[in-house]
Amino acid sequence: MTAAAVDPAFRVGDRVRVRRSDPPGHVRTPFYCRGHSGTVERICGRFPNPEELAYGRPGLPPIPLYRVRFLCRDLWPDYAEHPSDVVEIEIFQHWLEPAAAPAAPIGAKR
Amino acid sequence: MNTAEAGAQGYYRRLQAAVEELLILKGIVTREAIDAEVAAMEQRSYRRGAQVVARAWVDAQFKARLLADGSAAVREFGFEIGPMHLIVVENTESVHNVIVCTLCSCYPRMLLGMPPDWYKSIEYRSRVVREPRAVLREFGLVLPDAMTIRVHDSSADMRYMVLPRRPAGTAEWSEEALAGLVSREALVGTAVAARHQSDDNSPV
Repeated sequence: MTAAAVDPAFRVGDRVRVRRSDPPGHVRTPFYCRGHSGTVERICGRFPNPEELAYGRPGLPPIPLYRVRFLCRDLWPDYAEHPSDVVEIEIFQHWLEPAAAPAAPIGAKR
Repeated sequence: MNTAEAGAQGYYRRLQAAVEELLILKGIVTREAIDAEVAAMEQRSYRRGAQVVARAWVDAQFKARLLADGSAAVREFGFEIGPMHLIVVENTESVHNVIVCTLCSCYPRMLLGMPPDWYKSIEYRSRVVREPRAVLREFGLVLPDAMTIRVHDSSADMRYMVLPRRPAGTAEWSEEALAGLVSREALVGTAVAARHQSDDNSPV
């Protein structure tokens, strides 16, 4: 049986938060954005799950991949450069949850 | 490169050699196939990216296609880029883009060739998302205070190339001469495209 394709749950412009999770194994969600909120910049398409591919499994069905734009000052509480600077990161859908309002500030503890 | 990084590279080099030997002994690949792929990789260089940029500077319709779908647009040049998903990000008077892969060293090799060592260094990968202006300053690039920096972390399946701004005073330049102004660093965003002192007698 083929698993059904995963539909995009978010649209461009949606506010999303990266799950604060630390699973073992090969993960392509950079640690520094976990728990932080940003805005969907674009939907890249659907791609096999790298967390499965890394162990020789097919990673299917493919999962929507997003580019999420984070303000640097949201990622780093002590960010000292320009307040409008951003980092854009590719994040798979299963790492994202809706963020209705800007997330509570996150301290230095990670 | 620090000692730990150098040591790790030595380890991975031996590991790579061992795996290569095993794959050949087991008949999974041939030495010739590996050599051919290495030769093909050595053919690819950032000059391909520079050609694409120069075309975008002189052809507004190509530029629109390049920004809409980078992979499709660079295939117009006949470059074999495989399944690469290319996103081209445009520098403007208010936004400067810079590319990194904080997790490893993802790089648009099919278009730009092998990444430089600094791109793969722990120092660049960890600092450019944290203090981009300080890092760019070390490359000799000082941006206006009001400019927004966009750092693109190649964390999954996309690969990135920067479309630098066209230097002033090049209106009459040929596409080929323009391509000569685009360095590898300008395509990653640690430099901008610029005329050199020696370019004052504009080649047309």
